[in-house]
This record gives sequence, structure tokens and C-alpha cells, in this order.
Amino acid sequence: MSELETFRQDTRNWLEANCPASMRGPIKDEREVCWGGRDFEFFSDDQKLWLDRMAERGWTTPTWPKEYGGGGLSKDEAQILKEEMKAIQARDPLTSFGIWMLGPALLKYGSEEQKHEHLPKIIRGEIRWCQGYSEPGAGSDLASLRTKGVSDGDDYVVTGQKVWTSYADKSDWIFALVRTEPDAPKHEGISFILIDMATDGVSTKPIKLISGKSPFCETFFDEVRVPKANRIGEAGKGWDIAKYLLSHERTNIVSAGGMFGGMNPVMAAHKSGEVDDGGKLADPILRGDVARLTIDALAFEATLQRVKDESDAGQGVGARASMLKYVGTELNKRRHELNMSALGADGLLWEGDDPSDGQSAREWLRSRANSIEGGTSEIQLNILAKRVLGLPGA
Amino acid sequence: MSYVLNEEEQMLRDAAKAYLAEKSPVSELRRLRDEGCKDGFRHAVWRGMAEMGWNGVVIEEAYGGVDMGYSAAGVLLQEMGRTLTASPYIPSAILAATALRLAGTEAQKSEHLTKIANGEAVYAFAIDEAARHHPERIDTTAVKDGNGFRLNGSKRFVACGNGADMLIVVAKTEDGGTGFFLVDPKTDGVTRTMRRTVDSHVPADIDFKDVKLDGDACLSEAEDGTAALAFILQAGSACVAAEALGIAEESFDRTLTYLKERTQFGTEIGSFQGLQHRAAELLCEIELARSLVMKALRSLDNEPSQAPLWIAAAKAKATEVSRFAAAEAIQLHGGVGMTDEYEIGFFYKRAQAAGEFLGDDRYHSDKVASTSGY
Repeated sequence: MSELETFRQDTRNWLEANCPASMRGPIKDEREVCWGGRDFEFFSDDQKLWLDRMAERGWTTPTWPKEYGGGGLSKDEAQILKEEMKAIQARDPLTSFGIWMLGPALLKYGSEEQKHEHLPKIIRGEIRWCQGYSEPGAGSDLASLRTKGVSDGDDYVVTGQKVWTSYADKSDWIFALVRTEPDAPKHEGISFILIDMATDGVSTKPIKLISGKSPFCETFFDEVRVPKANRIGEAGKGWDIAKYLLSHERTNIVSAGGMFGGMNPVMAAHKSGEVDDGGKLADPILRGDVARLTIDALAFEATLQRVKDESDAGQGVGARASMLKYVGTELNKRRHELNMSALGADGLLWEGDDPSDGQSAREWLRSRANSIEGGTSEIQLNILAKRVLGLPGA
Repeated sequence: MSYVLNEEEQMLRDAAKAYLAEKSPVSELRRLRDEGCKDGFRHAVWRGMAEMGWNGVVIEEAYGGVDMGYSAAGVLLQEMGRTLTASPYIPSAILAATALRLAGTEAQKSEHLTKIANGEAVYAFAIDEAARHHPERIDTTAVKDGNGFRLNGSKRFVACGNGADMLIVVAKTEDGGTGFFLVDPKTDGVTRTMRRTVDSHVPADIDFKDVKLDGDACLSEAEDGTAALAFILQAGSACVAAEALGIAEESFDRTLTYLKERTQFGTEIGSFQGLQHRAAELLCEIELARSLVMKALRSLDNEPSQAPLWIAAAKAKATEVSRFAAAEAIQLHGGVGMTDEYEIGFFYKRAQAAGEFLGDDRYHSDKVASTSGY
């Protein structure tokens, strides 16, 4: 047996023995998603057990180095772990912006001290992180942000407002872009700073969305004292880190797999009875629209695979992350639009006796944000035009 | 199964680029058109391709081929799409060769595959009987007659049909099955009518009236050819999709160059966001089509059970994207894009014709739906 085959067998055995039965199968209730953090209330004992067991092996972050508590797995081993988890429908033990976003930045730009301080807590799900980028006056033009950090001895005194901070009200720490060099040019005056949300002067306020939910907040900083030791990288170099992370985020938004789970238009048509005896969609125009969606979804799946192969062959992902982000999010919006069409009036339900009533409408509404968050579709097209196609100007 | 071209395929691509740039640039298609060529392609180019080994990429070595597989054919066709090379490549080297390979007897393979591989003869594959592609509706019949057959029916828009030396005709047999018949177009009862199409290709409508065929004209007499036909058409569709991808790429490259060169309002027009977004959108569409085409060809070579879905998706997407890319090319070139002098119009025309060939995006979208079970 090759090393990888041995690894697969060992992994399969371990998962079989250690993944609790209730942690297998699709998520049915939002509360079943494990976000971790100081105040996280576990949905069940199994949820906590599953997190602890996986974190113990570093498998909440399979490819992170062992010295910080990560799994230390190779790419191939991580892929096997993923496949074996999928085979038994094991749930993610931990969903975390710390893993998705901050971790990669710390690994690349953080000091040894910062890595040892923060990475283990991310891996074990002890600290929940949120991202403080956008501001009321700085959306697509993110680098025009105005939250300021005034130097005062060993501290920065941070004052300003962030917006669209995902789950800020439930998070323990925030990684934020702060203008620390007011006289420097726009892109060179920004620092990347870690702030404990429990510090005096930090407050949050949820924003209610068209879906009726509040995944985002406004976050306020009123003369918050933050040690300069919490700055990642050099002062004024935060924009580079932000760009690196955004590219990570863009690839993650579409390739993490979460985006294309759940209902699809064929399932929706079965639910609303819009199929004939042979299982064929009854409305030929809808069937055509769904077929076009299937084609683009297959094309997207194949493209993710191809970009991965090319990246392994050394061609890198680079600005093509913008292509994946643009195509993937537009595709997901189309899927939800077709779900709604196939469901008909059933899709319009907002509440009812069944816990799933209203879910389709909420997911449909939520999907509208896909092409705004993480950089709008239009910003992605700008990036492609300039950085991939080499078109001039602006 | 990797999405990156292997070394052999990269070499093939580079060789194709060099050969086609020299022997078969777009200006050559214009010349064929203006000369009123009745075959619609240059025999010298067809023989040149044979010498390079291209005609035998899906033919076994025993019959003079190089047996590299459909992915390699796709690499070649992508380049032929870029240069709008008019040749019997798909009718002969893909459709006829695949039919012979799947259904031919040893003697038939030995004679005809060899001729395809060495470029000695041009084969056409006669399938369609209506203006749109409906391979499930075949009215042409082949009835047993002594030791041979009697063929009756009409085929329409047979690709390379006017210049072909030999036809493979799809017909219904008496038991309701599908058969493939080798027919010399000079046989009594065969009437060819040349059709000139918008892309400067020269297909033919071909009528068969009581055409007497020998017994050995039939491929796979023992077996119903319905499954073989499905595979032949899939192989053809994947290859046309590769050609369409090449058309899209070249239309786009030329447009991009134009956006960087043409100035208006004192600046390159490519600096305007309205045009930049259209270009970026096209880039994404072409990349999506590229992935599907590659997946379709690779699955044909390595995992044929998965191929029908990927091929239908690839043909639908590549058809749509090549039409879109060529249409955008005209619009973004402005007035010059509408002139016959500029070559962009040739791409728009061929995109439409290649899209129609072996089923357009709607035909293949329907296949995607039924293959997916809805």
C-alpha cells in the first residue's frame, strides 16, 4: 500500500471511530453550524466533542503547520481527509473567519509571537474573529477608509466606524484596516490591526437585511486603545495584506462548497409538482433555463478544477480569483432565481408551521449579497480588465 | 485526468500553430471563396495534415494512424478554429474514422482508415436529413437486395459532401436498426447538389435513388449501429466544440488588440469601463467554455460513460460563446468590423455555421436536461 493509501485507510478508520453519528448528514438548523468563540453555545455535546477531537489532531486546519497546532498535512493528504469526511457526510467541525481569512494572513505576514498567540486559538475554535474592512464611505473604494489609529506611545488610539462586519456582535476579536499614517498616500497609510472586541470603546449594532436576518453589523470604535504589538506587518503596509486576503476570500466564497449546496431548481420543481410522470420538468421554457444553469454550473465546476490543476503546475491563481468570484456568485444568484420560479407561490412563503417555511425566500434574498460582498461583480470585472487583459487606464 | 495539456499535446499545438499560420491563414478561406472553389478546401492542405500525422490521431497504428485520442484532435481543431481552416478534418478524420473504427470489419478498416490517415481520399459523413440536426429521425432506408442493398433517401448539408471521394451514409435497416453504408458518390442513382453556405464552406445535398450497393458496403452488418452512432456524434460534437472555442479565442484576441490600439476622444478605447467590462465578461465566458471542452475531450478518451453529459454541455456552451465572442468582436470593432475587407466577419459567419453543425446550443441543452434526468 502506498503512503497515501495507508493515510486514507487510517483516516477512514479514525473518522469512523471518532465522528459522532449526529455530526453526520446535512445541517438542518443554523445553530448546528459550529462557529466557536468565547460565548458560543454548543448545540449539542456531540458538536463540542467533534470539534475537540478534530482540533486535537489539528484537523480543523489540516494544512497549517504542526508547530502552531495545525494538522501539518500535505495537499494530497488534506484532499483525502476532505474526501473521507464527505464519504460519511461528516460536518465541518468548525466554521471560522479565523481559518478562512485571518489565518492565511498571519501565516504569511505575522511575527512568530503573533502566530503562537493567535493561531492555536483559531484552530481550537476558542476565539471567533470578524473582519473590519468596509466603512460607510469606503465600499468598492475600500482604500479610502477613514477609521484612524493615532499613535500614542506603545498604543494606537482607534476611532471610526466599520460596516458590513459579518457577525461582529458574536465575535471576540476583529482584524481591521485602520489609517495610521494620515499624511501618506491613500494606499500607503493603512495598517492591519487586531483588536479585542472586549476593549473599552468598541460597540456593535446589527443591520437587518431584506432577508429578515442580521448577519452583518455596524462596528464603532470610540478612542479604543490597541497595543502596537497587535499590528500585523509594518505600519502603512496593511493594504498589501488586505489585497492578499481579499483574493483568498474571493476564491473561498465560491470554492468552499457551501455556495452550491441545498436546493436546486429540479428539486424545487418536484416540490411544487411541476414535473410530468417521467420526471421531466413540465414547463419547457423553465426546463431550458434550468439546462442553461446546469451547463454553466458544470462549466464552473470544471473551471475550478482546471484552475487548481494549473495552479499546481505553477501557473498560479492570481487575478483569476476575480473570475471565480464573479462567475460563481452570479451563478448562485441565478440558481436562487430559478428556485423561486420553479417553486411558484410556495417560494413566496415567509413563515409557517414547518421550520423550513420561508427558507427558500430567505436564501434567495441572501444570495443578492453574493455579488456585493468581497468586492462587487463590477470591481471583479475591473480587476480582470486591468490585471488579466492588460487594458489601459484608471 | 488533468486539465493541463501534457507535453505531447503542447508540441502538437505548437506544430499546428506554425503549420496553419503558413498554409492556412484566414486569407486562404477568403481565397477559396473568391475563387469559387467547388470542394471548399485545399487538397494540398489536407495532404499536408496527413503528412504531419494529424489525420490519424484517432486511428490505430495498424492502419497508419498515431492513435493519440480525441483530446489531441481537440488541440488541432482549436487551432483550426483560430485560423478558420476549411478542411475535411471533422467529416473524415473524426466522424468517418470513428464510424469505421467502431463498426468496420477488418477489411473495411484496413482499406478506408488507411486512406483517411494518409490523406489519399476525403470522406464525408451523411447524417442530417433536415435543416436542423435531428439524428433520431432518419428516413433514408437500406433494404436487402440479393447479396447487397438498395439505398433510398436524401441527406442535406453534408459537410464536405461536394468534394468527398467517399460517403458514409447513415440509414435505417429493415429491422429498424441503424446502419452505416460506404457509398461512392459516383455510383448510379446518387445525385449531389452543391450548396454554398455563409461561412464559405461547400456542403452538398445528396439524393439516393435506388442506389445498388454491394454487401461489403455495410459497416457492422451484424450489429445495430444505434449506440455507435451516438458515440460518433458525441466525438464529432466534442471536436466541433473545440473548433468553436478556437473561433472564440481568436475573435477575442483580435478584439483585445483593437481595444488597445484604436483611439477615440484622445485615448485608447480600451480604457473605457463600458468596453472593459464587456471584454472581462467575454474572458470569463471563454474560460468556462475552455474548461468544458477540455473535460468533454478528456472524458471521451478516459471515461466514456461520463462523456455524454460533458459533451452536450461543452457543445452547447462553446456554440453560444463562439457566437457571442464573434458578435462582440464586430460590435467592438465598430464600422470596420462590418466590412468584408476585415477578417472579423469571417469569424462571425463560421461561428454560426459551426454552432449549427451536429446540433446547436438548444439541441445540446435539451440533451443536458435529459441526461441529467429532468
